Order: sequence, then structure tokens, then C-alpha cells
Amino acid sequence: MSSASATIPARAAEIAGARNVIVDAAALEAYAIGGKSPAAAIRPESPEQIAEIVKFAIGGKLALVACGARTKLDMGAAPRQYDLAIDVTRLDRVLAYDPGDMTLSVEPGIPLHRIQSTLAEHRQFLPLVVPFMDRATAGGTIAAGVDSPLRQFYGTARDYVLGVEFLAGEGALTKSGGRVVKNVSGYDLHKLMIGALGTLGVMTRINFRTFPLPSGARTVTATFDSVARAVEFRHATAGSPLRPLALEIVSPRAGSLLGIPNADDAWSVIASFAGTARALERSVGDLRTMAEQSGRASFASDDSHMPAMDAGTSEFVPAALASAAGATIFKLSVLPTQLHAMLDAAAKAADATGTSWAAVARGVGVIYFALLPAERDQNALARVGRAAGELLAQGAALDANATIPWCPAEWKATLPIWGPERSDLGPMRALKRVFDPHGVFAPGRFLGGI
Amino acid sequence: MAFTAIDSRLLHDLQNVLGRDAVLYRPEDLLLYEYDGSVETGRPTCVAFPRTAEHVVGIVRLAKRHGVPLVGRGAGTGLSGGAIARRGGIVTSFARMNRILEVDAANQRARVQPGLVNADLSLAVAHLGLHFAPDPSSQKACTIGGNVSENSGGPHTLAYGVTTNHVLALEVVLPDGELIHLGAAALDAAGYDLTGLFVGSEGTFGLVTEITVKLTRLPEATKTLLAVYDSVDDATETVVEITARGITPAACEMMDGWTIRAVEEYVHAGFPLDCAAVLLIEVDGLAEAAEYEAAEVADVCSRHRSREVRVARDARERDLLWKGRKNAFGAVGRLSPTYYTQDGVIPRTKLPATLRRVNEIGHKYGFAIGNIFHAGDGNLHPIILFDARDKREFANAVAASDEIIQFCIDVGGSITGEHGVGMEKDRLMPLLFGEADLDLMRRVRDVFNPDGLLNPAKVLPGGKGCGEIHVRPPATAVGSATA
Repeated sequence: MSSASATIPARAAEIAGARNVIVDAAALEAYAIGGKSPAAAIRPESPEQIAEIVKFAIGGKLALVACGARTKLDMGAAPRQYDLAIDVTRLDRVLAYDPGDMTLSVEPGIPLHRIQSTLAEHRQFLPLVVPFMDRATAGGTIAAGVDSPLRQFYGTARDYVLGVEFLAGEGALTKSGGRVVKNVSGYDLHKLMIGALGTLGVMTRINFRTFPLPSGARTVTATFDSVARAVEFRHATAGSPLRPLALEIVSPRAGSLLGIPNADDAWSVIASFAGTARALERSVGDLRTMAEQSGRASFASDDSHMPAMDAGTSEFVPAALASAAGATIFKLSVLPTQLHAMLDAAAKAADATGTSWAAVARGVGVIYFALLPAERDQNALARVGRAAGELLAQGAALDANATIPWCPAEWKATLPIWGPERSDLGPMRALKRVFDPHGVFAPGRFLGGI
Repeated sequence: MAFTAIDSRLLHDLQNVLGRDAVLYRPEDLLLYEYDGSVETGRPTCVAFPRTAEHVVGIVRLAKRHGVPLVGRGAGTGLSGGAIARRGGIVTSFARMNRILEVDAANQRARVQPGLVNADLSLAVAHLGLHFAPDPSSQKACTIGGNVSENSGGPHTLAYGVTTNHVLALEVVLPDGELIHLGAAALDAAGYDLTGLFVGSEGTFGLVTEITVKLTRLPEATKTLLAVYDSVDDATETVVEITARGITPAACEMMDGWTIRAVEEYVHAGFPLDCAAVLLIEVDGLAEAAEYEAAEVADVCSRHRSREVRVARDARERDLLWKGRKNAFGAVGRLSPTYYTQDGVIPRTKLPATLRRVNEIGHKYGFAIGNIFHAGDGNLHPIILFDARDKREFANAVAASDEIIQFCIDVGGSITGEHGVGMEKDRLMPLLFGEADLDLMRRVRDVFNPDGLLNPAKVLPGGKGCGEIHVRPPATAVGSATA
């Protein structure tokens, strides 16, 4: 901690008022990352106050970590230095919402569920249904770069974040993009903020494109006695004219964690559809046929609410983390035709070390694979480490993008959480220096020690 | 400083790397390369035609060694001067790097070279039930490398997204000669989204030598509707109402009466000559969904006093309607020595007010202004007809265009939706962005292009005294320019 850290609470209080500064050690534990607590947490009430904080950090060589509801602080690495948490939950307003234009501007601290209820009044929604949906904020979700099961149809944040305003490393309010759905003015700097874990600046405004809430929806759950059949069903669906909103493959253990009926010994495939009654009838009918051809064990369809809040599998990560002390979750992205091979390889790696596991695979080729050792000790780490080595080797053979977003904090230094080294690390480091020349934004949180 | 006459050592070096048949340098050969689809021009020193990424590396190293600017070029259909050698130097044409390297139908991916013509990719994968979704009007000529540089759109981007939504990975040669790979064929490559940053960087970060794109499944059913109006306001209000009903058409295009008459005379698509506006609306998806949405759209059109709604009966009728739309610029071009196509963006609900304002601006300067819009996403293409040989008229055309753009910004829009900033709108960037924004963009560009040799004097405004047009002071308060 730097010598300026002693002055942090006082200066923070000057900037945001004493009522918005937390210095109590017990309260600060809620802001800890990897066991490291900041000297204070500040809850700014305006972008200008954040600008003041950034300038203070530059002068005092302090390290800042911005956070919202703190549901995803466990992702990524712990910061090398951590003096001050910027809690943006007081910046929680809708700044502009134009239902006719289908655009929305929010402050970063607004909870996603509040966005969804605001949009629902105009029969619209944001296809961002992410882990910890009951608390997650817009800013935290964008910074963490987590995806939604709805990406099958709607894509990810990079496809519907229209612009971002943020404080960059000199304390200047900066913006990129805009508030219209089509825009090529200037460089798309805001795309860099997505998934950057706050290492490039502090977001103060996020502009989204919104989507019409469909008039009706249906969710189909088909179960299979093997991963091969489940994946075959995925391929059949993806190759058909149907347009599922979500298409998720769920392992038996993951099915139990998520409370999916008949999932105990079976692989489930959950497919959501939206549209008119006739289109839904057709989709379910076609799926039933395809599921039979893939040798389904069971097939059920239910009228669901449009999945603006609950997309079935989106809470897999929280469920897996809560289910085992040593829960370690890999994100393995492969081409869809490699889903079966990757799931098989991961399962083998886990089984070989006697570690139980659960997996949810999105139809687009993104697998969340959880190793679930009951203990969080050296023995468990050794097993997880062996499995991780094998898993990454198999992943490399399948051209997977493999990372470990979640694991016990004290394991992060041992496990290859960022996966294999990338050839574009040089430009990434250079961009970090451009956005954050003084190194105040969450130093060390990101890949390559960025 | 401009580099126009070729240095014999540079020519010799280039020919050594590429072969004698791969460099153009005689003034008469260069003439074609002074232009793109915009009204701007710039004379290159020479044009180089690489066949491989190694050739591109060679060209880049030579440019650096000789200290001459370097500009990438696809088909030269761009509308903002992106491929023009504004400071002279080497134009690198990707015309000979136009192959499809791999089609992976099961995973809906293709790996292509940058010089591949956009429509050729869709044609090549149509038998697999796939297509490349971004469809600029110039798609029969423009290249995918150019699309990547400009982040091109097109009519069907309303539902399917623009180029950046369909690009997964890039192989890029940086201005220092380093060849790097960004992104991956599998989703969510770790680290910052450099692919997303590169797409739309208008050739100022690096030269793209290979592109991995997503292919999109062709819809089971497509319904194309033509709605005819006696009032422009009725047409624009229809657009707003369609989205309010929760329908996102695959495309929603508008042409005003003036444009329709110009197009009809040229294309004979069957557009009515006496109307004020038409909407060309397409819905697609499952047969059941397309059927339903087409009926809904027709209902909205009727409620907004459309005097006629035609539904294309077959692919031939559909193609004819689209031919009318996609050839509209060419048709209008026959009417005037010069035309200037704007590319402003507005929030969709501001369409009626914006069209009225465009009309007033036309009257003020005495220009005929035709209007072709990607109405669904508020992307305007007013076409100003003028005679560029008349200096006063040229200045007035620029002034009228700037007034339109200023209005777009005032209602919360943007200066360009799909054509890019290039050398046409760099001076307008301060209308949208403050000094801090532009400074960060400049420093990001310098990460990749520190010497500024790659596509110089594009996108970002230059130093003092570059603009002949006064711009208002940059917005400094957060949200002030976009609220």
C-alpha cells in the first residue's frame, strides 16, 4: 500500500461526503478481492466525483477497483494493489429511455432487474440474463463480460451496447459510440470495455439497444441418456429453420443443481422459443420430431414467461459455486462441432482425478465446466490443477478458448486462469498503457498481469 | 506533404517483392485509383497488388523504409474516401487476394481473403442454405476487406447486424510489418476485444489479410412488401409503429417520390410514379412467423393511409423490388453531373421531423434532394444533386450537407451510420466528440500506427486550420452531446 493510503478516507470524504465513504474494516470485507481489502470504499454520486477520485489516485499512486453489486469480483485475478473501491451503486438512474427508438441509457450501478422492469412497461427487454440476476448491475455485467443463454439468438453485449462513457486514466470523461443503433463514427473503444474487468477505466454511462418482448414463449426440455445424443439434438436444431432464443446442453449434475426435472441421470437440452402461437406450435412439433430422432429419453414443453429474468440455465455459475467449497469453473469456447469432444475430454480429465463435475454448454459453443471438489485444500487444489492441465491441453488440441473465470481466490496464482498465452498480448498491454497511463485501474486484474 | 512521383528505388524494391506485373505507377494507370465512390480524390504514387500476406508484409516494410504513406483498397466503392491516398503513397489493392479459403458449413464459419467480393461469398454458400448477412448496396462489387475496414451495413442489417457482428477473427499486418492474429473462430477469445476494435477502424490500424466470418442460415420464408404512400409523414410514421408492435423487420427501406421517379425510369421495378414515398419492408424467419409479421406490417401500413400494399409473389418480383432499391444511387446519378450522398443517423422516432428539415434545407439552397433511407434503423441517405464544376454550388452542397448532419446530431444521432468518416467527415468529428474522446482515439490509433504512415489524414481531425467549415466547440460535460 502506498504512503498516500493514510489520507484516503479523508480525501474520499471530501470528494463524496463522509456518508458515502466506508472505512470500517468489517464492512470493507465485502469489497475484498482475493482476501485483499481496500483502505476505503467510496460511493460517488456523480461522474464528476469519480473524476476527482481518479485524479486523487493518480496523484497518490493509488489503485482503484470499480464495482457494482460485487457479485463478480471473484472473476479474474486479484489486483496487485488495491487502495480504494469505487462502489457505483449510487449511480443507478435510467438516463434516457426512448421506447420508440428502442434505446436505453443507464448509469452503471442500476440493477439489471430494474432495467428489465422498466423496459417491460413498454413490452421491451434487454437480452442480458446473467449470473446473479437478482442483484447484478449493468456496469458490473458489462465489465465482467459475462454472457447470457439468450446469446443463441441475440448475441452478446458487444452486439447491443451502442456506446459507453467512462473515465479514462487522466481523469477525463470520455465517450465512444453513441445512442443510435447504427453508427460508425470514430473507433469502437467501448467494445474494449466489455469484459475488461475495469482495467481500462470506470464506466459512467452505458447505452443499450433494447428488444421487443415477444408475445409468447415456450421452453422445451428434452433429456438424453448420453452427451452424444444431446449434442446431436443440438446440431439438428441448429441446422433447422428454427430460431431458438436459447439452446443449452446441461449435464446430469448441472441439471440437479438447477432443479431440472428428470435430469438426475440424463443430459438435458433446453431450448427456448418466442413468437406467435402458430410459430410456437410449429417449433415444438419440429423439436419433438428431432428429439425422437436423436433418441430422447423424455420431452416436455411448457409455456414460460419470456425469459427476461430467468433463462433457465443462467444461474448455473452461482449454483455451482455454492455447491462445493473448491468449485472451479472453466469457460471453454469451441466450434459447435467440437462440443462433444470438448465435453468428453473435460469429463475424462475430471474423472481421472476423482473430482465431480457439472457442465452447461451453450449451443453456440461456449461451455461452462465446473470441477466441484467438496474441499478447498491443498489436496483438492492438486487434483484440480492436474485436471486443469489436462483440460487445457485437450482444449488447445481443439482450438478452444479456455479460461478459468471462477475458482477459490488462493488458487488463482497456481491455476492457469487465463489459459494459453495469446499472440495479441502486446497490443493489449499497449492499449492498457494508453487508457491507463498511471496504472490506477485495477492493476493486475486482467490477462497477462494487465 | 504528398508523395506523388514514384522514387525509382521504391519501384524497384516493390517489383522485387511482388513481381513486375504487380505494381502500377504510370500516371494514366493511376487515374482510376484516385477515386472511390465519394466526391473526394487523391493521387497515389503507385498501386501494389499483393497475392499473399507475406507480400503485404513486404509492402508495409518498404513503405516504412521509404517513409511513404500506405493505403489499403478493396473495390473502391467506399463513400467517405477511406481508400483514397490523401497524402499520396502506395495504394495496396487486395484485388488479387480474393479467395474463399475455407467454408465450414456445420459451424457456420468461413475464412476469406480481404479482396473477396461480398456477394460472391453469399453466392458460394447459398447451396448450403447459408449467406453472409451484411449486404451493402454495393455488394456485387465491394469487398469483405472493405466491409471490415468500414464496418459496413446494408438494408438487412436492421435484423441481422452490421459487419462487426459477423466478424470473429482477423489476420492483420501492422504498419511495422508484424503479422498478428486477433480473435478466434471459436467465440469469446480471451482478452480485450481487439477484433471489435479493428472492425470499422477504416484502415488506420493495420492491413487485414484474412477474415473469419460467421455465416447466417437463410430464412425458411421471406415476405417482401411494398407500401405506397401519398404522404411522406404517413410512411415515416408507419416505420415507428411497426417497431412499436414488437416487429423487427429484416429490412425496412424508404424512398421518397422524387427518388422513385428517378429509379423507375432506370430500373423499371414497377414503382408508382405519382406517389410521395414507398416503404420496402421485408420480414423473414419460420413460414408461420413471416406470414404473421407480413400481415401485421400490412395492417400497420393501411392504418397509416398507405394507398396500396403489394406483396412480392415470388423471388423474381422480390429481386426486382430490391434491384430498384439497390440501384437507386446509380439511377439518381444519371440526373446530375455530381451527387453527394449523406449518411446521417437519427433516432427512428425523429424520422418525420428530420425529413421535413431535409426538405427545408434543400429549398434553402435550391437543391433537389432525394431521400433513400434505411428507415428501420434511422440511417438516412439524402442525395444532393449539384454540379461540382460550379464552385459556389459545390460550397453550397457542402453547407447543405453539414446542416443536415448538424440536425442529426441535434436530435441525438450520428454523423455516419455505415459509410465511415474517412476524409469526408474527419472535420465533423468534433461535432460529436470532445477533445478527450478524440485524444484517446488518436492515442489508440498510435498504438498500432505510431508513425501515421498507414492511411494518413483519415477519421480523426487534423491539426489547426484544417477545416474550412466552422464547428461549434466540443461538448465537454458528460452526456451533453448525446442526452
